[in-house]
Amino acid sequence: MTTTLTPPDPDQAEKAPQRSRRPRAARAGGQMHAGPVAYVVLALFTIGSLFPLVWTAIAASRDNNRLAQTPPPFWFGANLFDNLELAWTDANLGEAFLNTTIVAGISAATIVFLSTIAGFAFAKLRFKGRGALMLIVIGTMMVPPQLSVIPLYMMVAKLDWTDQLQAVIFPSLVSAFGVFFMRQYLIQALPDEIIEAARMDGASSWRVVWHVVFPAARPAMAVLGMLMFVQTWNDFLWPFLVLTQTGNPTVQVAVAGLGRGYTPDQSLIMAGALLGTLPLLVVFAIFGKQIVGGIMQGAVKG
Amino acid sequence: MTTGHDTTAASPSTEGGAAPGRPPGDAAAVEKERRHRARLSRRWQRDVRWSPYAFVSPFFLLFVAFGLFPLVYTGWASLHKVELTAPTDMDWVGLRNYTRIFDDEFFWNAAQNTLTIGIISTVPQLLMAMGLAHILNYKLRGSTFYRVAMLAPYATSIAAASLVFVLLFGRDYGMINWALGLVGVDNIDWQNETWASQIAVSTIVIWRWTGYNALIYLAAMQAIPQDLYESAALDGANRWQQFFHVTLPSLRPTILFTTVVSTIGASQLFGEPLLFDANKGASGGSQHQFQTLGLYLYEQGWVNQHLGRASAIAWTMFLILILIGIVNYVISRRLRASS
Repeated sequence: MTTTLTPPDPDQAEKAPQRSRRPRAARAGGQMHAGPVAYVVLALFTIGSLFPLVWTAIAASRDNNRLAQTPPPFWFGANLFDNLELAWTDANLGEAFLNTTIVAGISAATIVFLSTIAGFAFAKLRFKGRGALMLIVIGTMMVPPQLSVIPLYMMVAKLDWTDQLQAVIFPSLVSAFGVFFMRQYLIQALPDEIIEAARMDGASSWRVVWHVVFPAARPAMAVLGMLMFVQTWNDFLWPFLVLTQTGNPTVQVAVAGLGRGYTPDQSLIMAGALLGTLPLLVVFAIFGKQIVGGIMQGAVKG
Repeated sequence: MTTGHDTTAASPSTEGGAAPGRPPGDAAAVEKERRHRARLSRRWQRDVRWSPYAFVSPFFLLFVAFGLFPLVYTGWASLHKVELTAPTDMDWVGLRNYTRIFDDEFFWNAAQNTLTIGIISTVPQLLMAMGLAHILNYKLRGSTFYRVAMLAPYATSIAAASLVFVLLFGRDYGMINWALGLVGVDNIDWQNETWASQIAVSTIVIWRWTGYNALIYLAAMQAIPQDLYESAALDGANRWQQFFHVTLPSLRPTILFTTVVSTIGASQLFGEPLLFDANKGASGGSQHQFQTLGLYLYEQGWVNQHLGRASAIAWTMFLILILIGIVNYVISRRLRASS
């Protein structure tokens, strides 16, 4: 916490003479440079965040017997590709990857589209009941998904959708968070004048959405799409209930199956866990900055 | 869109003449133009009036189908005896499912575990997130790197994370016991001792969500106007005082938001305890040491196949959440009124 922060660097006054006139304390809150202790704390947290991920790869690269020894391995072994291949075939991960890509892709695209038009309406259009409806949207974020699981399961069973991908896709097509997120973004990113100008030119609402809202919302749509893709990709409870390991598993169901199948081979399980996480980590490595920006964007109250 | 045919024809005009000074031959054209405009404007008004509903209705339709209806139906099912093998056969039993779970020691055990794990995962997580956000709010070299690195666990699935932590928390060869052994602590049986297993499950939650919450706090901190700090500094507040008298009060809505979200998340804890179990069961350890309500619901519904009883558990959880929400609201109001 804050106790770990050091007092401001005494050299700083020389480096930034224009600031030295203000009282030192006035430079708190986003302006002051962090001291070395802050860097140490950050380094510790970074190691704590990344170590389990790195160690997954280390364990996946080892022989199972080596994992049952002390001290545990700290560096990579030679078995990585053998284990990955074995996990891939054992857990049928190829099919699982395809399934998860389909589910997450359809969900993310639909959520982005529906959230953008609804968020636009809540941000920029006046209509009766807007405040009440928005309250309902926010309220739905508080309803635990476990409450819906039982009747959803009954519906799916009745429709004979068990083990079918649509059983996972349909309940994940809307996101209250998405509506909230797009509303926050559009309130400030889309000036009222542009909409009015388009209206003056006789554009219908759909035309406004297509030619004004979508271009303005594109950065937020990209971020929301990634967030929703991550969320759907990682979803566990509902796919675990409706999909079995033999019929159309998602990656998470398949990976969990590795851990639950009385498989003693820990390095194999780690290889599966690594494969299940890797695509998202790659996405994070490339778009991490945008995703961070998006989460922070969605967090600020409007 | 403007070229589309309108089914409701414009009402015939009662006023005749064109604007004065215009050549009389134009009158018909002007009248035509005026009618066209009137039709357009009616279309336009209808469009303006109804399109907002068109834009928000897909969300609400899907929400009603997959959110609201199941919510209500769970309540209905909780009053029946329903078995997983024949989910459509429902026998009315009134409140018996509820009285049964209230007499069930495993329900109370699960409720207590959920509360304990919820507290020991949420409190440290939010406190650390607050501290991290405070550090990240300073001028830093490579701040983007830290933010992305801290968010990496968020990209990890529950399944993968839980499996990795099972290994890290292994009793005989786990890295955590090995590290503790270096400082002279005997091996801890993380999967079987009650407190140890609950701490281990909480660790998975803390690991996955601390960075995410830190970013949310950071966003809120950056939205605090700088002059608040400056005037506090002029009043002689030191950095600690600034943190307690400017930062924390400004963050109150955000803190409330993260508390509510984390509470909901903690109440639903399912995948972590399920996969952390060495016995591969749904009982949360051989002695139900870390069986949460979410896991108990799953065990009742899908292992013991009593969907009606599982529905009663779900609704009880919902009612508890509403209660927590009300308490939260009352406390935050009291705090606001007193400050």
